[in-house]
Amino acid sequence: MNRIAPSLTGAPRTIVMGAVLTVVAIAATFGLDPYRNFQLATIVAYFCAVAGLTLLVGLTGQLSLGHAALMAVGGYAYALTASLATDMGLDGLPRFLLGMAGAIAASTLHGLLLGLAGARLHGPYLAGLTLGIAIALPAVTAQFSGVLGGDQGLRIDRDDVPAVLSRLIVVEQWQAWVAIMIAGVVVTGLAAVRRSSLGLRMRAVRDDETAARLSGVPAGRVKVVAFTLSSVAAGAGGAALCFVTQSVSPGAYTLAFSLLLVVAAVVGGLGSIGGAALGAALIVMLPWLVATLTDLVDMPAELEQRLSGNLGLLVFGALLIIVMLARPGGLAGLRRGRRTRRTSAEDPTPPSGPDAVAATSPTGATAADPAPASALREMPANDQPRTPQTVLQSPTERER
Amino acid sequence: MSQQFTARRLAALAGASAVLVGLVGCSTPASEEEAPPSASGDATTAPVEPGDSTGVTEDTVTIGTHTPLTGPAAAGYSSISAAATAYFAYLNDNGGVHGRSIEYIVKDDGYNPSTTQTVVRELVQQDEVFAIVNGLGTPTHTAVLDFLNENEVPDLFVASGSTSWNLPEQYPFTFGYNADYVVEGAALAQYAADEHPDKKVCLLGQDDDFGDAMIEGAELVFGTGGLTHIERYSVSNQDVTAQIGALQAAGCEINLLATINGFTALALGTSAQFGWFPMWFSSSSGADYPTLVTYLGEDVGPQLLQGLVGTNYLPSLGSEDEWVTLFRQINEDYNDGAPFDGNTIYGMSVAYTFAEALAAAGEDPTRESLLAAVTSGGLTGNGIVPLSFSEDNHAAYLGVGITMVDQGVQDYLGATYAVEGGTVTAVEAAPIPLENDALPAG
Repeated sequence: MNRIAPSLTGAPRTIVMGAVLTVVAIAATFGLDPYRNFQLATIVAYFCAVAGLTLLVGLTGQLSLGHAALMAVGGYAYALTASLATDMGLDGLPRFLLGMAGAIAASTLHGLLLGLAGARLHGPYLAGLTLGIAIALPAVTAQFSGVLGGDQGLRIDRDDVPAVLSRLIVVEQWQAWVAIMIAGVVVTGLAAVRRSSLGLRMRAVRDDETAARLSGVPAGRVKVVAFTLSSVAAGAGGAALCFVTQSVSPGAYTLAFSLLLVVAAVVGGLGSIGGAALGAALIVMLPWLVATLTDLVDMPAELEQRLSGNLGLLVFGALLIIVMLARPGGLAGLRRGRRTRRTSAEDPTPPSGPDAVAATSPTGATAADPAPASALREMPANDQPRTPQTVLQSPTERER
Repeated sequence: MSQQFTARRLAALAGASAVLVGLVGCSTPASEEEAPPSASGDATTAPVEPGDSTGVTEDTVTIGTHTPLTGPAAAGYSSISAAATAYFAYLNDNGGVHGRSIEYIVKDDGYNPSTTQTVVRELVQQDEVFAIVNGLGTPTHTAVLDFLNENEVPDLFVASGSTSWNLPEQYPFTFGYNADYVVEGAALAQYAADEHPDKKVCLLGQDDDFGDAMIEGAELVFGTGGLTHIERYSVSNQDVTAQIGALQAAGCEINLLATINGFTALALGTSAQFGWFPMWFSSSSGADYPTLVTYLGEDVGPQLLQGLVGTNYLPSLGSEDEWVTLFRQINEDYNDGAPFDGNTIYGMSVAYTFAEALAAAGEDPTRESLLAAVTSGGLTGNGIVPLSFSEDNHAAYLGVGITMVDQGVQDYLGATYAVEGGTVTAVEAAPIPLENDALPAG
């Protein structure tokens, strides 16, 4: 993608790219029927969370198994603030903005608190902490069922298509637009961070915390900031999902879903935002695809009942193993592999980042695009996403 | 950059623009804006009534449901959709309804409201079903209530007794099937008050509208705050030790249960572990004897369940009812002889009721004529009291009978209660006789 407008570099380039891909994604909604648009909106909401997670795991090496709970924080905060706004007589844009503000505030706070605790922990201990959050969610909603609605969750009023657009699009498409715009802003922000000096410090902390400290990088602070940013992205995703489905319930954010988000980030390629888009699309489309395919095959009722809901997981497991064996860098690495070979023959600049994949995915609302900025050129190896093994192992190595 | 690259870039840009223009061209809203009356090309001599006949073809009617086939509620309820499917297969083999066979699409939602939203959307927008029939669960179905009514999809015979289904003004497309939980709570409480006037009555309820409505019903009898103690549980947490301990500590002697089958079994099992054996009065949603025995085990199940009081409004498993005999036969022939229990009767009854409604909706059913058939009050169903659907009542059964388990047989005791205008009254049961081998005539 560096071939397009090569003169544009730095943060402006990221923003322009983000805006262009957002517009392309919005245009694509015209080609989809209402159900596909709903699926697209779901993918895009998940994309926010997976992008945040991939940044956290891939860039700072902190593993979070509780991102679904952080999405839920965003979703619940959105629902509560939006209901409050409804009671105050607001609707439409003011209510939406207030809801988003609530979601961002709540997920910032939770991310900050969790990040402060998490910065002191490494590898499996941090994973354990975040795992606990994911497991505690249903108990928390049950305990405070007066406010959070227990298992049934919360419901909010639907935002209809604005009058100006109502002749042009239906409500599902409108919801997809909103989700895409939220993801556009969030992911562009993440992409900008990824290629900023903060992103560089994150990589430094990931690769060797001691060396980073010696070079004057405040490792603890970098980790807390990374966790908070990631949490905000997840919260925004949860809010987008709440906007699309007009509801939020603990059942949507189970531990299994939390793990699925990690799978999406790993299969897509850790640290790659394009890979996150691929991963998010995969976790929405694969179960649906599997169900559709099994519907075509005539099988005994009992077998069908056994497979229902489980076959999708089986396929995920198989896919994860295959991808890890064949491409430890994730699916985003596929494109990069080809690109590396070609560009290295033609062009001496270092391989461009995983941005390329966003273009191949219809949902890539935006892309991280590490242009050959001087800072990155000095350490091209750092831009390679880490394999999950290295992420999980490195902390213990460091401990010694 | 070479010239070759510039050319390639230009070509790519042109290609992308062409795709974009093409996509914008086939934008969606036109077909949705003014939902055109889909006459679907039937060339009958009679003037085609304007109406929505989505899901109806020359020889099929496609309907769908959401139900737990996996997850915490699956073991208690997955047999319902299988039984309904078996009844529809029986019906289709005998000519269907007005020559159309019924295709019943069953989607698993794992009793998870967020999954329900996805699968129901898929049924409505992708599979284009005529109606949603017997969507199961209070928290799950609540999640799609707005969606179905906004999209004007008939939402018939919800498998739950929540009072949310009986709001004709707000949700004109939704109809319940179970006796509502207020009625069940009131009937159980009244029975407790009548038979055991001196005992302390408590309640263990699900943490949603199910529990709320049962409490409301029980308080019709005992007055607000009249229950000795109330405990709630949430489905996502499979442990009720704390709740049972609290009930025991409060000195409860009769526990009303607003629990799904799995949690009825869990409550009884947990209290047996404590060595505590109070009386259990359960809602029909969690009182199916064979299902509970499966949960508790063949060895101790029958012992623990001896004396379990429940409610019901359908032909009872323990009776020699002609409906039950026929359903047993259908279960043998079309359901691979799966275990026959209360859920089987329930699933077939609800399927029969839909067939009855579809038959009454006329030769060429539309969503409008289907709703008109239900609200006309002409449907009888197969319960111990007639169906009570009307324009301003979307609840199926306003009366329930009390059942009890004795020596492994669950049957009616004879006591039947109805709730009218906030008071509980004893009524006479009036079972609907079997007609025409449960094949509704058009």
